[in-house]
Amino acid sequence: MNTAIKLLTALVEWIDARFPLLKWWNEHLAKYYAPKNFNFWYFFGSLALVVLVIQIVTGIWLTMNYKPSAEYAFASVEYIMRDVEWGWWMRYMHSTGSSAFFIVIYLHMFRALLYGSFKKPRELLWITGMFIYLTLMAEAFFGYLLPWGQMSYWGAQVIISLFGAIPVIGEHLALWIRGDYVISDVTLNRFFALHVVAFPLVLLGLVFVHIIALHEVGSNNPDGVDIKKFKDTDGVPLDGIPFHPYYTVKDIVGVTVFLILFSLVVFYAPELGGYFLEHANFIPADPLKTPEHIAPVWYFTPFYAILRAVPSQFGGVVAMGLATILFFFLPWLDRSPVKSIRYRGWKYKTALTAFVISFLALGWLGLQAATPLYTWLARLFSVVYFAFFFLMPFYTSTDNDKPVPDRVRYP
Amino acid sequence: MHDGEVDNQRRRFLTTAATVLGGAGVIATAIPFISTMAPSAKTKAIGGPVEVDISPLKPGERITVKWQGKPVWIIRRDDKVLNDLEILNAEVRDPESDVNQQPPYAKNEYRSINPKYLVVIGLCTHLGCSPNYFPSKGQQDLGPDWKGGFFCPCHGSRFDLAGRVYKGVPAPTNLVVPPYKFISDTRIVIGDDSGAS
Repeated sequence: MNTAIKLLTALVEWIDARFPLLKWWNEHLAKYYAPKNFNFWYFFGSLALVVLVIQIVTGIWLTMNYKPSAEYAFASVEYIMRDVEWGWWMRYMHSTGSSAFFIVIYLHMFRALLYGSFKKPRELLWITGMFIYLTLMAEAFFGYLLPWGQMSYWGAQVIISLFGAIPVIGEHLALWIRGDYVISDVTLNRFFALHVVAFPLVLLGLVFVHIIALHEVGSNNPDGVDIKKFKDTDGVPLDGIPFHPYYTVKDIVGVTVFLILFSLVVFYAPELGGYFLEHANFIPADPLKTPEHIAPVWYFTPFYAILRAVPSQFGGVVAMGLATILFFFLPWLDRSPVKSIRYRGWKYKTALTAFVISFLALGWLGLQAATPLYTWLARLFSVVYFAFFFLMPFYTSTDNDKPVPDRVRYP
Repeated sequence: MHDGEVDNQRRRFLTTAATVLGGAGVIATAIPFISTMAPSAKTKAIGGPVEVDISPLKPGERITVKWQGKPVWIIRRDDKVLNDLEILNAEVRDPESDVNQQPPYAKNEYRSINPKYLVVIGLCTHLGCSPNYFPSKGQQDLGPDWKGGFFCPCHGSRFDLAGRVYKGVPAPTNLVVPPYKFISDTRIVIGDDSGAS
């Protein structure tokens, strides 16, 4: 035993003389001090990493049997489902993983809104996170075409037509994206390349930058106070604890609970009533017939509802783009000196509540067929959605914020 | 190099020249990457004309054919439909087909060569879904005055039986009429109008 440890120590030393192994271990885990008061909302960063790994691994295995051509794509997915050993599991892990990714990311973003994690000095951290979110949306969109079902086809048709609505260059841009005059084999082939190679690489790069940016400024916490203000004689924050083992262990608990819920969906309800896998997508793509009712997958529906709410083609596209882009400006729209919702006044609390309600309502409306009543509701909630951003400088600068303590409250 | 003296001017010139030349190289290299994604020669070549026999078509019926990967509808209209078109002039956005969504020979009140036959590309001008064909009332609640036409399931745009877009819907323009010609009373060619008036 002692010899084994000695050998291992020698190996680490040998590596460390050639590669900053211990340095990295210490900087990012053993001596990375995170606030000691992390709560439930701090699970979702590490969970996002877990889902990313699930998607990459199951994705690689799916490509072993999938064929990116208009003629064979649908059949190859059915082949994976029926004839490949455990193929159904591989595919359901991947399809459930895409929805899980957005659930986790939306909760992760909500955490930032709760505790002001986007505020100075974490603006760049927030912006890199937003780029991850946009990349994820593109990745999900490209991936959704691959099964070559009816929703794949017509969903892609609608989204690419959005680019066509841009004045002057729009039509050329849409043609360039499709590589054809309609969605076709050519489009499927290139979406495969983008989904499997290009965007995963971008995603990995951005996640790396996101984590480096986080470890440069340090994590925020539910009290929104700076733990680096009070340090002991060794320079360790008084309210900080080493990420490893404290938070690695905490996160493992989170991962365990997550995997239980995830497995329940994968094994018992992989379509989740049409929300995770839409019914119309079990019919092969038919370029001559649009399904009676089409809606994007749930994670895009808030933006889709905004698109439909605007009674003008280009206006709808602009509103939809704005609805995603506005998040980038949060660090500057928020004028409050206070980060955490715990010490904010009633105005921000009300605004955030209204925003969450309108986001969820728009998400639900985006799944429904557009009746006149629903269209008016979508307009109402769109106004609330945009008001959250545009009025933010006013209600955050005049809010009756409470005094923030110097140290974190425990727990 | 003489005696470790740094010639800053020379250094700046070389840096600038290298940046400019390298930048030009990067831009030139971008061309193949962008061009590869444009439609290929093969893609452009597909989509030749399609010949259709319209003799089995009874009034109110529709044939859907694929041209350039897109659905093209051929619908036979009876006199009632043709008379109704004028009544609808007030309700459609572009009754005279002023927006260039059709070849010149289809820029008329019926948006067709032979009024009996409507030939249009079956893709909504909003975001490209294929609208449903509702030739009469009752199939879907489209109001008591529905005179037949098309309803897009995606975002609710409506078109009349000349492919003209109704007011107050998201689609901005009328349905596109493809180039076509009659080669006999019962045969038409879609995608080719050479020799047509």
